[in-house]
Amino acid sequence: MSAFDCIIVGGGIVGAALADVLCAEGLSVALVEARSIGAGTTACGMGHLVAMDDNAPELALTAWSVALWRELRDDLPMAVEYDACGTLWLATDEEELAAIAAKVASYRGAGVRAEVLDAAALREAEPALTPDLVGALRVPDDAVVYPPRAALHFARRAQQRGARLMPGCPVAELRPDGVVLENGEVLAAGHVVLAAGVASPRLCPDLPISPRKGHLLITQRGAPVVRHQLVELGYLKSAHGSDGASVAFNAQPRVTGQLLLGSSRQPGVGSAQVEPAILERMLKRAADFLPGLDALRALRVWTGLRPATPDGLPLLGRHPGKPWLWLACGHEGLGITTATGSAQLVADQLLGRASAIDARPYAPSRFEVLHA
Amino acid sequence: MREACDLVVIGAGPGGLAAACRAAEAGLDVLVLDAQPEPGGQVWRGEARKGTNRLARRWLSRFAASGARFRPGARVVAAPEPGLLLVEEGPSSLAVRYGRLVLATGARERFLPFPGWTLPGVLGVSGLQVLVKDGLPIRDRRVVLAGTGPLLLAAAATIHAHGGEVLLVAEQAPAARHWGFALQLWRYPDKLIQGAVLSAGLAGVRTATESWVLEARGERRLESVRMSVGGREEELACDYLGAAWGLVPNLELARLFGCEVSRGAVVVDDRMETRVPRIHAVGELLGIGGVDQALVTGEMAGLAASEQPVPDALVSAWRRVRVFAEALARHDAPRPELRRLATPQTLLCRCEDVPLSALEGCRDLREARLYARLGMGSCQGRTCGAAAEALFGWAAEDVRPPCLPARIGSLRLPPETPPTPKRAS
Ligand SMILES: Cc1cc2nc3c(=O)[nH]c(=O)nc-3n(C[C@H](O)[C@H](O)[C@H](O)COP(=O)(O)OP(=O)(O)OC[C@H]3O[C@@H](n4cnc5c(N)ncnc54)[C@H](O)[C@@H]3O)c2cc1C
Ligand SMILES: Cc1cc2nc3c(=O)[nH]c(=O)nc-3n(C[C@H](O)[C@H](O)[C@H](O)COP(=O)(O)OP(=O)(O)OC[C@H]3O[C@@H](n4cnc5c(N)ncnc54)[C@H](O)[C@@H]3O)c2cc1C
Repeated sequence: MSAFDCIIVGGGIVGAALADVLCAEGLSVALVEARSIGAGTTACGMGHLVAMDDNAPELALTAWSVALWRELRDDLPMAVEYDACGTLWLATDEEELAAIAAKVASYRGAGVRAEVLDAAALREAEPALTPDLVGALRVPDDAVVYPPRAALHFARRAQQRGARLMPGCPVAELRPDGVVLENGEVLAAGHVVLAAGVASPRLCPDLPISPRKGHLLITQRGAPVVRHQLVELGYLKSAHGSDGASVAFNAQPRVTGQLLLGSSRQPGVGSAQVEPAILERMLKRAADFLPGLDALRALRVWTGLRPATPDGLPLLGRHPGKPWLWLACGHEGLGITTATGSAQLVADQLLGRASAIDARPYAPSRFEVLHA
Repeated sequence: MREACDLVVIGAGPGGLAAACRAAEAGLDVLVLDAQPEPGGQVWRGEARKGTNRLARRWLSRFAASGARFRPGARVVAAPEPGLLLVEEGPSSLAVRYGRLVLATGARERFLPFPGWTLPGVLGVSGLQVLVKDGLPIRDRRVVLAGTGPLLLAAAATIHAHGGEVLLVAEQAPAARHWGFALQLWRYPDKLIQGAVLSAGLAGVRTATESWVLEARGERRLESVRMSVGGREEELACDYLGAAWGLVPNLELARLFGCEVSRGAVVVDDRMETRVPRIHAVGELLGIGGVDQALVTGEMAGLAASEQPVPDALVSAWRRVRVFAEALARHDAPRPELRRLATPQTLLCRCEDVPLSALEGCRDLREARLYARLGMGSCQGRTCGAAAEALFGWAAEDVRPPCLPARIGSLRLPPETPPTPKRAS
């Protein structure tokens, strides 16, 4: 039996970023991953590092996390494809345009640069978009990464600092003093962190985490079509089908010259297969914004499962009913962005020190079900 | 555009043509789709115009008279739901509704990476043969061929007949395995005739067993090749190198449909029906077996699809071609030395420029894909996937739509539900 200061269960971007931070603090860490580092939801996501202001805790965590990514950027290998392309939030009507002013204020309040583009400036910035748009909100410090390589980078850096990487090792059981692997091996540790993304409830059934499926499409390499990550402002109000599924225009330039196109949301759907009806809705929505879309050549369509919580915020901290268990999961559609901030918050709590932002809104104890 | 039919056949090689003939002759409304401009598939490429091959002529005219419809230049790119195919035809898109389906998508060459394999002038063995048949000027050009099995000899014969100077035909198989295979051919009358014709066509051409390419050299294009010939190294100045080791089935569509694949071949019952109801598979998809297997299995699938009995003669012919196919697989299996030709700098994936060294530490195809971009490019691993399987034993990954790069417009669902097939089958 080998003993570690901390065992992290799950080598997605969240677990890998946490391993990196804990090793830098001198802890001995094992990163135990069922399959391959960064090959779960992390490999399916868009990799948009985005400050989101749907509510104050979300804005605090995302703004801080994007800033942490920016501090890391010079150390990131080329393969992580960090690209400071910024985000354009697109307004389709006067109502959305009017909402931009309030958003600018809230971003600036959180220390995030933001500016308004009128219709003419938007056309100049993104000529491929439909001229019907009335304006946009530009957030210049948002960026894009290639998530599986980002996770691998964190994991390898942790390994250089002494972490033990254990890919291909599914964990069967969590215990107060360690974990039991599926092959029966027992690993002992002072702390156990569950960072198994959408699979976390399989090891800890009371967690309020459910899959929220998304579809993505990537095009062949070619001349760049767009320059910023483009997202429609109406993503929140975008039409929900009778099945609760929704789609929104979301387009991302890759450094390879490819266009990555999203996105759909299907609450509670946990199957991996591509659903043509959802894909069709997503493409139809995208074609409304990018009139030339149908002529671009598609290379591949895939899906991913976001680990969603009821309030859309991650679970970062002690499990209130099992105080020996630390949680770093439930990052929904923002886990690539918030991996950096989440790693800091969990590490701070584990080491018993204060954090740069208030950690309480993400505390698992906010969910009554976990107190039993 | 929209189409509907009782039976759709994907691929107009011998397998697809035989299936289409049998089903159309029984009265089914049959639609045949092929990415190529003419029917004939790989083996009968160009025969629709030239008509020199008797067997090809017979099947192509039977097909023309069968009542089956043919859409050339039709690439099947997605299968969004049972009974619906999305097809790209040049600048336009087509949705096809069908009752039953025959997959006859054939095979491609197996490439293994060696230093210099991406230089201009280096092609596949059958790929070079196809270009020569299509008019590549080859007279007095110096050609070296490195590969295996009957297709290697067929390519050499074609190039020789077109005036190419074939310097060396390098067969990878050990002499004993090679001649053992050749001696078995007497059991398959058609193959024996082909073999005799081939050797006659190769009079005076140097052939060697236990031989393979080590390296292709040249500044901008191929200038010479370094060969291992019966255990000795040789350098030969040349203009073209054809190098590939046997064939691998084009399984992407079958995988997209969810058909069971075992040991690199689609699993079928004796009606050539896959594990997915109403979807049949024929020809090279069942394991490389050449024209005879394609015709026999195509006929069987066409009969089954039109609910006719399969005659015993066909069933026993099917058994015979399977024995041949298994002997062929043993003969063509790449020898271990071929897996060690690439150096760390040699590209494994030419779409994304991934050298062998980039795969260090990767444990499977998914890691190679995610960490090193292997197979992430235009061909989606068609070439490097088979190579990685041969080199590292990595199993293929699930196929995601589209099965060929396609305009986004071709992936859009048809606006209204197309009419149901004229006749349910
Ligand atoms: C379509 C889509 C688009 C997205 N776009 C973005 C975006 O643009 N920006 C953004 O910030 N976020 C985005 N996301 C969200 C982001 O991808 C996720 O929030 C993030 O990847 C979650 O990371 P994770 O490490 O928690 O989970 P995962 O990456 O799933 O990692 C969990 C790991 O745990 C392992 N595991 C599971 N069970 C066990 C076990 N028993 N033992 C050991 N290991 C186990 C798994 O194999 C997996 O590797 C998107 C998600 C989707 C689906
Ligand atoms: C390059 C090459 C050359 C060959 N030359 C010879 C030869 O000279 N002599 C010989 O005996 N054998 C040759 N073969 C072997 C050949 O595989 C068999 O002899 C025979 O052609 C197999 O018949 P089939 O019907 O299974 O497939 P094929 O004849 O290969 O026909 C498959 C057809 O399916 C079509 N297709 C595949 N995918 C799609 C899609 N998604 N959408 C639309 N259409 C699609 C292709 O365009 C092709 O025409 C060659 C093989 C290759 C790869």
